[in-house]
Amino acid sequence: MNNKDTKKTIKDTTSQKKAIRDYLIFSFVFAAGLILLSIFPDKKQAATTTAWSYFLEMMAILPAVMIIMGLFSVFISKEQVVKYLGKASGFKGVFLAILFGALPTGPLYIAFPLAAALIKKGARVSNAVVFISAWACIKIPQELVELQFLGFKFMGTRLLLTIFFVILMGILIERLAAQKKQKQAFND
Amino acid sequence: MIVAARSFSRILPLVLMIIIIVGLFSAFIPPSEITKFVGAQAGLTGILAIAVLGAVLHIPALISFPLAAALLQSGAAIASVAAFITTLTMVGIVTLPLEIKELGLRLTLLRNGFSFIVAVFIALIMGMIL
Repeated sequence: MNNKDTKKTIKDTTSQKKAIRDYLIFSFVFAAGLILLSIFPDKKQAATTTAWSYFLEMMAILPAVMIIMGLFSVFISKEQVVKYLGKASGFKGVFLAILFGALPTGPLYIAFPLAAALIKKGARVSNAVVFISAWACIKIPQELVELQFLGFKFMGTRLLLTIFFVILMGILIERLAAQKKQKQAFND
Repeated sequence: MIVAARSFSRILPLVLMIIIIVGLFSAFIPPSEITKFVGAQAGLTGILAIAVLGAVLHIPALISFPLAAALLQSGAAIASVAAFITTLTMVGIVTLPLEIKELGLRLTLLRNGFSFIVAVFIALIMGMIL
C-alpha cells in the first residue's frame, strides 16, 4: 500500500512538471506572437480575428469533450475492458474492440499494455490490433472535435473509411503474425 | 467533474498555443504557399510527405483538428489534410519503443506500417469522393 502511494505521488509530480512545461511553452509562443505582431502591425488584424474565431469554436466544444472523457475514465475500468474483450470473438469481438477503443479513456500508450493483456487472455490478434487502432483514431471526443471543425461530411467519411480499413488491417496482420509463428514452430 | 476539470487545465495550454499558431500562420503565410505544398497539385508526393509528418509529430489529435481546418481553409487538399490527421493518430513514431515493449517488434512494425499505408489509402479515397 505504502509503495503504491509513493508510486502515485511520483506519477503526480511528473504530470505536474509536464503541465508546468506546457504552460511555459505556451507563454513562450504567446510572447513570440506578440513580438512578431508588434514588428508587423499590419498582420495584427488577420491574426487576431482568426485566432479568436478558433478560440470561440474550441471553447464551445471542449468542456463537453472533457466531461465525457472524465465520466468514462471513472466508470469504465481497464479490468472490465480486458474481461469483456478477452473472450469475445467473431463479429461481436470486432464490434466490441471498436466500441471499447472508441470510448474516451485516456492516451494511446495505455492501450498497448491493455492490448498485450488481451492477447494473453486469448483474444484474437486481429481484435487487439482493431482495439489499438480504434483507441488511436476512432475516439468519441476526437470525432466530436473533428465534427466541429471539419464538418459532418469530412468526419463521417473518414470515420467509415477508418473502420473499414482498420478491420481489414487487423485480419491481415493476424495472418502475417500467424505465418511467422508457424514457421517458428516448424523450425523448432 | 474534478477529473474533467483537471484534464481541461492540462489540455488548455496546448489548445491556446495551437490557436495562436493558427492565427499567426493564417496571417503570415499566404494561401498560395500552402496550396503549393499541400494543395491538389502537390499530388501523391505531397500526400506522402504530410503523412510522414503526421507519423513523426506527436501532438494530441484534439488540437490537430483546428490546425487541419485552417489548412483546408487556406487551400490545402482534402487528401493531404486527411492523411495528416490519420497518420497523426494511427502511427506513432514517438510511442514505438513503448509499443515494442508491450506487443513485440513484429506486431508493432506490422501495425504501424499497415497504418501508414491505410492512412494514405483513406486520404486518397477521401480526396476522390469529397
